[in-house]
Amino acid sequence: MVKEKKENIIDSNLQRKHKLRTKGVKVWYDDFMAIKGIDMNIKANKVTAFIGPSGCGKSTFLRLFNRMNDYVDGFRLEGEVTIDGENIYKKKVNVEQLRKQVGMVFQKPNPFPKSIFENVAYGLKIQGLKDKKFLQEKVERSLKRVALWDEVKDDLNKSALALSGGQQQRLCIARALAVEPSIILMDEPTSALDPLSTSKIEELIYELKKDYTIVIVTHNMQQASRVSDYTAFFYLGELIEYDKTKKLFTNPEKKQTENYITGRFG
Amino acid sequence: MNNIKKNRWKDQAFKFWGIFCTLLGLVLLAIFIGSIIVDGVQRIDWDFLTSLPSRKADRAGIYTALMGSVWVLVLTTIIALPVGIAAAIYLEEYAKKNRLSSLLEVNISNLAGVPSIIYGLLGLEIFVRIMQMGASVLAGSFTLALLILPIVIVSTREAIKAVPKSIRDASFALGASKWQTVSRQLLPASFGGILTGVILALSRAVGETAPLIVIGALTYVPFAPKSPMDEFSVLPIQIFNWISRPQHGFEVNAAAAIIILLLITFMMNGIAVYFRNKWQRKLK
Ligand SMILES: Nc1ncnc2c1ncn2[C@@H]1O[C@H](COP(=O)(O)OP(=O)(O)OP(=O)(O)O)[C@@H](O)[C@H]1O
Ligand SMILES: [Mg+2]
Repeated sequence: MVKEKKENIIDSNLQRKHKLRTKGVKVWYDDFMAIKGIDMNIKANKVTAFIGPSGCGKSTFLRLFNRMNDYVDGFRLEGEVTIDGENIYKKKVNVEQLRKQVGMVFQKPNPFPKSIFENVAYGLKIQGLKDKKFLQEKVERSLKRVALWDEVKDDLNKSALALSGGQQQRLCIARALAVEPSIILMDEPTSALDPLSTSKIEELIYELKKDYTIVIVTHNMQQASRVSDYTAFFYLGELIEYDKTKKLFTNPEKKQTENYITGRFG
Repeated sequence: MNNIKKNRWKDQAFKFWGIFCTLLGLVLLAIFIGSIIVDGVQRIDWDFLTSLPSRKADRAGIYTALMGSVWVLVLTTIIALPVGIAAAIYLEEYAKKNRLSSLLEVNISNLAGVPSIIYGLLGLEIFVRIMQMGASVLAGSFTLALLILPIVIVSTREAIKAVPKSIRDASFALGASKWQTVSRQLLPASFGGILTGVILALSRAVGETAPLIVIGALTYVPFAPKSPMDEFSVLPIQIFNWISRPQHGFEVNAAAAIIILLLITFMMNGIAVYFRNKWQRKLK
């Protein structure tokens, strides 16, 4: 009796710790199999990095969690993807609602051709939130969170396109934060940025993991080892190795992983 | 003969041929416009714009035809714009990409090439007879709206397509629905392009004669239309009418009216070019 209760607690603890899970996930684009059966648990409030050579399916796998692959012609999924234990590909799932919970930052900064304020407020406005004061507070808080506020507070009505690349990317992160997601997906968020902007974003990622579960795709091994707690190595649509970052980079189990992180292929 | 020399000679020959062809077109156009201006420009004054048609050439004006053209232009816009943009949005963003939609696509492009008189026959049957609008401004406007719809649809689709995919991604990733993405991102971002297409389409409509003659637009109307159900004439029909008269005075009138019509179309094209440049700069 007591034992059973204890097991239950362990189980629900596990569930809380494992924010995102996939079970037997396979993905096709038409006839091409891009993900070949992946089981994976991603921990809450940690940074998990996806690494692997180009075309191995990192982006495809990442975009499963906010269903951004749904628009791709010929996309087909088998298996289960769950967030907090809920299968997000069930029929009754509201995709728009899901995406408010799972924010995304893209490879190239993609601000809307609108003002800085409008960019950050967009996610709230489409939810029907109109109160000016509320929006202003939200915008301010989100911009402060990404350390952009001091740089732009006098120019909130200026076009976001006038910002530098690094500022634009931080703006995009602020825009994602404004809708209060619990998960943030980042697909090579610094690959288009200079080293200084990159280190700012990396600091930011470190800051954010207190409150968010972060998954980041990167081609930069140093970046993965700097910012992430866990690292997953993908190769040809398969998850080859997944471990604590330190362990994976210093003492990988698999030969393929070792070859990749030491730069011998890929 | 030396090969390089031969090639250079061919290069030069082609260049001169090209310049000749370009100039030929421009010179012919310049001669045409020049002769019309010489014939007609002294006839243009305020009276010419505000006088009713008359059997006496020197007292006749284009007021009714000009007003008819304005009415037709406005009504055609009101009809073609929402329908064309809605169809374009549907085809571009909502329709599943399959056989049916590509069939639709090809047909819309084909429709843009159908001779305008066919649209006139269609308008005569549907709007004038079946829907009993008579030979009214409204029937004419519906007919011309039909005529320019393919152009509006095609150019709107192009404009929407030109919006970077990253904007769509950003909007969807923030939880926006399809309609929110279309109305708050895609349409505003492609507004300039859509406007350009619409203005060019309208500048074609304002010069159309055949379909309006087919539906029964008048060559002589004593009054400008006061409601959509009134009978009407338009500038090109007025010109046609004047040219077909024997007296020299009417020839001058026709030239003057052509100048006005050209001014209107040039102005519309100018506005379209302005918006296109502005819009291209905005997209970087
Ligand atoms: N829309 C699509 N249609 C067809 N095949 C696709 C599509 N998107 C991706 N693929 C294929 O799926 C495989 C995985 O692509 P994915 O973009 O996930 O790779 P990636 O690991 O993110 O690569 P990169 O590091 O270059 O971004 C690739 O072979 C790619 O060609
Ligand atoms: Mg990728």
